[in-house]
Amino acid sequence: MENKTNQHTNPADFEVRSLDTMCVNESELKHPWYYNLKYSLVGVIFGIVFIKAEIISWFRIQEMFRLQSFHMYGVIGTAVVVGAISVFLIKKFKVKTIHGEEITFTDKKFNKGQIIGGLTFGLGWALTGACPGPLFAQVGSGAIVILVVILSATAGTWVYGKFRDQLPH
Amino acid sequence: METITQPWPWYTAGIIIGLIVPALLILGNKHFGISANLRHACAVCLPSNIPFFKYDWRKETWNFFFVGGILVGGIISTLYLGSGDAVIVHPDLAQELASYGITDFSGMVPAQLFSFESLFTVRGLVMMVGGGFLVGFGARYAGGCTSGHAIMGLSDLQWPSLVATICFMIGGFIMANFILPFILHL
Repeated sequence: MENKTNQHTNPADFEVRSLDTMCVNESELKHPWYYNLKYSLVGVIFGIVFIKAEIISWFRIQEMFRLQSFHMYGVIGTAVVVGAISVFLIKKFKVKTIHGEEITFTDKKFNKGQIIGGLTFGLGWALTGACPGPLFAQVGSGAIVILVVILSATAGTWVYGKFRDQLPH
Repeated sequence: METITQPWPWYTAGIIIGLIVPALLILGNKHFGISANLRHACAVCLPSNIPFFKYDWRKETWNFFFVGGILVGGIISTLYLGSGDAVIVHPDLAQELASYGITDFSGMVPAQLFSFESLFTVRGLVMMVGGGFLVGFGARYAGGCTSGHAIMGLSDLQWPSLVATICFMIGGFIMANFILPFILHL
């Protein structure tokens, strides 16, 4: 248990956690599990958009990488603009969460992983025609075999964790 | 109803996805990111004493609920909101795919590539198991995927996320244009 307390107070560890997109801004509030269902609702909306705008279509991703369609560029571009305006407004007006907690941001630190890992991810993205979010929506759309892809992606994550210290960062 | 069942335009999708960023922040100071789930899954199932997987994953359960929602959204959308029409594919792509024997454009993923039968072919194995592995390994190595870097990171004007996003695109271009044709020939 002692070890665990250290994990959250050690500043170096905080950095590692923020680099790994870990939840560094954890809530001090303790809520019952069903409070998490609000995130499921956001997920449902996300999943519907994924299918309805054909973002999870393997064909759309192939068109994107062959510059045959503007669709995916339009989706990601608009999302970034809307997201950036939202983040700007949240910071400017110090918007709080619905539970009255502060909303926090952590700067990302550059390391070689963003290049090497980024390229690796890109290679996989064009093969599967899906990044991690769409994989789950693809399963929902009835392509049960995609569970194999998710399992393999989890294995990839595990192998990265296993050999993390030997990889250039 | 017609508007809903037809494929949605890019700007509708872009606006809704963009709004997921503030929605998660305001609901509980959560940062949009999906590939972290795969890490949490490792931490839950097979931490194997690897430091990278030794943390309190219970604090991250919201993310499991989030992807669970994505799965359910996929089911709802496919069952009730679809037009039942095949995806319209660019004629150049359709022609190229036809030369590899891929002619079925009815699903979100080409059934001739992504199926349990295909899993036992070299081509299917490389695409599903190999592709999945690269996605999972690369996303964690890069510290995030399309959602964490390209959407959340860029929204927060993080330049390392821009580097990652550019590398995602370069990797994708290389695979789709130079390597995938050989794999599809297998």
